Amino acid sequence: MSSTVAGHFHDHRQQSRANTLGLWIFLATEVLFFGALFAAYLIYRVLYPQAFETAARETEIAIGTLNTALLLTSSASVAMAVKTARLGQRRATMVLLGVTLALGLGFLAAKGFEYHSDLTKHLWPGSADFPLDPPQTRIFWALYWIMTGIHAVHVTAGLGLWAVILTMIARRSFPLESSDKVEIAGLYWHLVDLVWIFLWPILYLVGRS
Amino acid sequence: MSDIPLRDVRLETDPHVGFETSYLGEGFSLWSWLTTTDHKRIAILYLISTTIFFFLGGAAAVLIRLELFTPQGDLLTAEAYNRTFTLHGVIMVWFFLVPVIPTVLGNFLLPLMIGAKDVAFPRLNLFSWYLNIIGGGLAVAAMLAGGVDTGWTFYTPYSTIYSNGHVSLTAIGVFVAGFSTIATGINMIVTVHTLRTNGMRWFRLPLFVWAIYATSLIMLLSTPVLAMVLVLIIAERLFGLGVFNPDLGGDPILFQHLFWFYSHPAVYIMILPGMGVVTEVITCFARRRVFGYQFMVYALLGIAVIGFFVWGHHMFTSGQSMYASLAFSMLSFLVAVPSAIKVFNWTATLYRGQITWEASMIYALGFVGLFTMGGLTGLFLASVPVDIHVHDTYFVVAHFHYIMVGGMVSAFFAGLHFWWPKITGRLYPEFVAQIAAGMMFAGFNLTFFPQFILGNLGMPRRYYAYPPEFQVWHVLSSAGAVILAFAYLLPMAYLLWSLIWGKRAGDNPWDASGLEWQTRSPPPKHNFVEAPFVSEDVYDYHPENAPRGSGADDRRYDDRDIAGEKADAAESGRRHRAAETPPATAQARRASKTREPSDGEGR
Repeated sequence: MSSTVAGHFHDHRQQSRANTLGLWIFLATEVLFFGALFAAYLIYRVLYPQAFETAARETEIAIGTLNTALLLTSSASVAMAVKTARLGQRRATMVLLGVTLALGLGFLAAKGFEYHSDLTKHLWPGSADFPLDPPQTRIFWALYWIMTGIHAVHVTAGLGLWAVILTMIARRSFPLESSDKVEIAGLYWHLVDLVWIFLWPILYLVGRS
Repeated sequence: MSDIPLRDVRLETDPHVGFETSYLGEGFSLWSWLTTTDHKRIAILYLISTTIFFFLGGAAAVLIRLELFTPQGDLLTAEAYNRTFTLHGVIMVWFFLVPVIPTVLGNFLLPLMIGAKDVAFPRLNLFSWYLNIIGGGLAVAAMLAGGVDTGWTFYTPYSTIYSNGHVSLTAIGVFVAGFSTIATGINMIVTVHTLRTNGMRWFRLPLFVWAIYATSLIMLLSTPVLAMVLVLIIAERLFGLGVFNPDLGGDPILFQHLFWFYSHPAVYIMILPGMGVVTEVITCFARRRVFGYQFMVYALLGIAVIGFFVWGHHMFTSGQSMYASLAFSMLSFLVAVPSAIKVFNWTATLYRGQITWEASMIYALGFVGLFTMGGLTGLFLASVPVDIHVHDTYFVVAHFHYIMVGGMVSAFFAGLHFWWPKITGRLYPEFVAQIAAGMMFAGFNLTFFPQFILGNLGMPRRYYAYPPEFQVWHVLSSAGAVILAFAYLLPMAYLLWSLIWGKRAGDNPWDASGLEWQTRSPPPKHNFVEAPFVSEDVYDYHPENAPRGSGADDRRYDDRDIAGEKADAAESGRRHRAAETPPATAQARRASKTREPSDGEGR
């Protein structure tokens, strides 16, 4: 909705506090959502260290690392956009959010390319001709698909959010300085980034020392 | 029994205050209800949907009890029996017990109790209802398509490689409903943090608000784990990504750990709101300030926190390490401490109170008794040796039904009766309601107490046929279930009746404290005509410095003393009060209270 204060709030400050708190709490639930996966990963990694190292050597480290760079850079441009939005610099904000969108799309494109390459190597744990041994490598790859898949869903949702916000800024449908939209979407985007920072070492760097 | 007569209620005398100017009169079309963002209307939507789910789950329970009436399997096959109790469990846990009090009473009352106009995110609130309906629809569709035979716990590998039911669809349904719970939790926490009215400090919050707050914390921190574990099951079933598949070295016990990391805290999601309701009801009908208010708050939060560290007590026989079992056992004992504090404080609140026996009070006192039974048998189950004896028997079934049905459902009915005049503006027929409340208590005990004995004798749960020597206990249990079923249908009948023929309730028929009673019944769209200001402590029933046993415990008896009347003349009391305008504000009431401290016993 627009910048006007919704009827059940006293003032702008109260509304902003509520929005920010709500988003932080949502991020806490996201941490636990991914936390279950990380716990599963940790347990199997401790139980089957050899299998996990064997399996992790098959991931596309080049694409994984490129994606890390893309996502971190996009987070930096979001951080700058939050600042420029607060200062009311409309054009700068739009450029920075455009950069974020482009980097995010680049991430997804690289991810899609990586998935394609994984599938041509039959690294789908449900397939009959899965190339790796022992069987526990399939658990690694199951976790790989689930973790990166759910992360990609989050990236996609974040890009949708940025697209909406960018359109709204372009149409001047809310005053930039007094709105917390960019900041709140930014918090979400940083979490998506943060999750990837954990995914990168446990999926791509393991077994490559 | 107390010799104090039932408090006769204040009746509405002002004809122009009522339906049309309330939230109910905002719009009458179905569309206006389905698109509402008013927390009160959303609460009504939830009331309707959870009631439907309750009767759906209840129908499955009827089938179960009918089947178990005789030792042979003559109504259902083994397969159908498995599917029936799974339906009962899935519907009752996720679509009734978890949402019912937070979304119906919590949604309706929490903003009123803290003096807010609405919850923080009204559209998210409506969205959560739709998620709940979509999730419920998917789960029910799966049940109709043939059902699931895993039990509500979806243990792997029953639910993955060996399953022959519609596990994926059910899991998706529960997954969606989980996000509805998360949305409600976020809304409640942010509302309490940001929308309290002036003067509503944290330690002036009613304990119902604290209970919803603690519940929301648990919802937020545990439900995502359930969501993820369901994703893992769905991924294993649909895409062959077998994280729990033993053929690959996967560990089904890991599923149990992750599942119970949600589902044990979920037990507290299902009981803490009930504790909140009961506290409000007991303090009102005992006319006493809650004993140890701050301890009640800390106990709620303590239960919420410790509840996260006890999940392993569901897995004593699953092959977890002995040391883990001992640690979980000790932590489970610890959770009994705050629970016991609550029970003692309710009892101490009753002490020297002026207790009357309105239906909601009977439900609330029933809650205290049944919750105590359920809690104490929980201690049996928390100690490893006893648990190994009664593991997976009817003892467990009886234990959690004492908490869930005896506790939570009683509390929900207590709250529904207590706030019914506020929600609808109508009074329910008191005498019938008292009978229903008594019947529920009796029927409940007859249904589930024999199951403790059955469990101790060794009857395992989840069997559709059993040796004939168990029959007498099963017959007793099924007989109790008939009474219980009637005790659930009766309130439905007279509450619906009261919507049309019930007497109009005043703003504060029970003469209760709390902001929700200071607005109109039913409340106007934005809850309060002007934002309320709180200058007194919560539960101001009995002033701190008043002498013990003084008639000042009760405003009503003050009024009576002022008029020189004696308490035994209940009829004349009613006429007297009808003539007098009800005090409009808490201050006025307080003034009338201090006007003349009465001399002796108010009774």
